[in-house]
This record gives sequence, C-alpha cells and structure tokens, in this order.
Amino acid sequence: MSSHSDHAHDHDQGDVPSDMELRGKALETLLVEKGLVDPAALDAIVDTYENRIGPRNGARVVARAWSDPAYKARLFADATAAIAELGFTGSQGEHMVALENTPRVHNMVVCTLCSCYPWPVLGLPPVWYKSAGYRSRSVIDPRGVLRELGLDLADDVEVRVWDATAEIRYLVLPERPAGTDGMNEDQLASLVSRDAMIGVAKVAPPAGSNRP
Amino acid sequence: MNGVHDMGGMHGLGPVAYEADEPLFHARWEARMFALSLASGAWRRWNLDAGRHQQEVTPPADYLRLSYYERWYAARTALLVRFGLITANELAEGTPASGTARQVPPLSAEQVPVGAARGNSTLRSIEVQPCYQPGDTVRARNLHPTGHTRLPRYLRSRAGVIERHHGAHVFPDSNAQFLGEAPQHLYTVRFTAREVWGEAASERDAVYADLWESYLEPA
Repeated sequence: MSSHSDHAHDHDQGDVPSDMELRGKALETLLVEKGLVDPAALDAIVDTYENRIGPRNGARVVARAWSDPAYKARLFADATAAIAELGFTGSQGEHMVALENTPRVHNMVVCTLCSCYPWPVLGLPPVWYKSAGYRSRSVIDPRGVLRELGLDLADDVEVRVWDATAEIRYLVLPERPAGTDGMNEDQLASLVSRDAMIGVAKVAPPAGSNRP
Repeated sequence: MNGVHDMGGMHGLGPVAYEADEPLFHARWEARMFALSLASGAWRRWNLDAGRHQQEVTPPADYLRLSYYERWYAARTALLVRFGLITANELAEGTPASGTARQVPPLSAEQVPVGAARGNSTLRSIEVQPCYQPGDTVRARNLHPTGHTRLPRYLRSRAGVIERHHGAHVFPDSNAQFLGEAPQHLYTVRFTAREVWGEAASERDAVYADLWESYLEPA
C-alpha cells in the first residue's frame, strides 16, 4: 500500500504536475477573465501564508507562556484571547485551545477527517500532517507514529490524541527544555519547532547547554 | 457519509512520510490553487462545511491517489460549476463563454489580511441549555448519515466523558447541505484508548474529539 504515498509524494515533489501547472493556470485565467478573482488578491493570499503567518507565531505564544506565568494562566483560561494579545487571530484559529505537555502527559493533534490545523499560529499544515498515514494511524497507534517520528515515550506517560473534528483548533505547549533559564523570549522562541506545537516532537535543549 | 476520508483507525494507508525542511508549497500551482480556493470562496456561494463535503465525495480511489492540492482542484472546480460561477464548458475551454457578464467586485488584495485576521467564528448564541456538563458520561450514537458529518466512524457507539463545553456552534451536518446553521452545543469528549481500540491499547492513553450534542446520548 505504500505505493499510494509514494505516488502522492512524487506529485508533491513537483515531478509530475506539469499537467496541474497547466490546469491551474487555465483555471486562474478563466476566473480572472470572468472577474471572479483579482490576481493581486491571489498574490496577497500567497504572501500572507508564505511570509506573514507561520509557526514563528506559535513559537511567540509558547515563549511568552514559558516566560510569564500570568500569560500562561490566561492561555489556559481562554487561548483565543491570549493568542490574540500577540496579534494572532482569524481564519482557522477562531476558537483556540492550548494543551500542556508535561513529563506525565503528552498531547498530540490530528485531523482524521480532513486537514484542520491552527493557521494563525502554525500556518498551513505540512504534507505529512495531511497524509493518510498520519490521519489513519495517530488515533489507533499514537506511540508507534511518535516513534516513527523520532519520539519514544515511556509507558508511564499518558498520551492524549486530539482529533480536531470541529472548529476548535489546538496548540500544544511543549515542555520548556533544560538549560534555558536565562533566555529571553526571542531566544526561547527560536528553539520552538512546529512539530513540538503539533505534539509530535519535544523542544530540544539549546546547543551547548549543560544537559541534566 | 462513510467515506474513505474518515480514516481514523484504518490500516495499510502507508507511512507518515515525514519530509525534513518541507517547503510550504511544493510547486507554484499549489500556491495559486490555495489562493484561488480562498478567493473564490469569498463569493460565499457555498460554506466551509459544503466545501469539506465536496472533498469527501471525491471517488475513493481518486481521493487516495490525488495529492492534497490536486484534490482541492477537483473539489473547487466542482463547486464553481455546481454553483454557476463557471460552466463545465468554460472550464474545458479555459475562456469565458461569449456574452457572460463579469462579476464585480472580486475579493481585493486589501481585503485579504483583514479577512484572514477576522476569520469566521462558528460560535452562535442559542436559547436551549446544554444537555451535558463536564464529567458526564456519554455515548457517541451509532449514526451513519449519507451526507456530511463530523462524527468519525471509530467513535460511534463508544462511551466517553465530557471534558469541556464550547458553547453552541454551527452544525456541519445541516450547514453542508444548505439546510441552515442549526447551531448545537459542542463538547470535547474524552474516550479511553481501550474503550475505542480494545485491550491491546495502552491503559493510560485517550482520544479526544469535538462532538455536537446530537451525536451524543447519555450513557
């Protein structure tokens, strides 16, 4: 069955879709000529998600929560409002919930039915998050999926899988790594990966830190 | 509908296929397709739920074969034709039929960041009180609607505990069919992994899903 994903992967690499380039271009031309879309708006949409909205936003939220206990409390009381304090609002993040990872509890997020993902804080989802493999397996075998992605959790850790079946969008607050005590928010934010905020990775300690 | 999109718990659908340093779009047409989808959606001839359902009715073999944005192309062109914004002939020819009036004004570049930052809340105010409170035990009903639904198959007939109440939200099953928003109370429900997957699952683990009130019954 791996041929499915291999095939999709080939498409995603841009090897095959010269046909899609043509069909996409034809559709765009038609919609522009009909006055249904403005090419400048298309440019603005692409620019928004390529350059303005992405996981750096979520990393700011995490860094603030690690640095400011009052902010962290607001994040868990009303994540939508707390995230809006940093200027991140809107499409596919209208109703946010934050999930706290601890040494005892590990949260991870999936959308088994489609590709729901918190755009304002993480941008658009990567292909693997939208893949049939991740969508099908993360609910039935989360520990296996995490192992495959390089995260081996001990048996005594509780794994909570959040299937985003409605318009609630989830942001995982990863554990703050050791060796970061003196860091400011910018430095902390630079450590936080997209994958840690989906819940398929931990945040690695900074290079050169004295690991416990 | 019991479609192939409802993948939770299926086996054999391949590895996660993680790609390090993945680009946001793998080709420019993907970026344009994403933008075309949002910009054409701004005409509001359909809604979010109808858009999702259009993907679900992609024939199963195609759904699994097509890449993500190829599926978007198929679903969006189907919606554009279905709602009369373009005709199948125009799509085939790539040019507007002679004599068709231009639609104006389309979504402008200035509106893009405003709309993105505002979003579209699905929260609604309703008179009816919620049936359940956090801590209540519920069971997902054994429902098999042929239209759009957000109750995954793997949770049907399973018992769980209300984790959180989110107020009332637009009901996708109704909205996708243009039968009205019909808002209902929405809950996060916690299901133990063993309740859903049996004794082979970890005794500690759990799956959470966001479920509308009519998906649930007391347990």
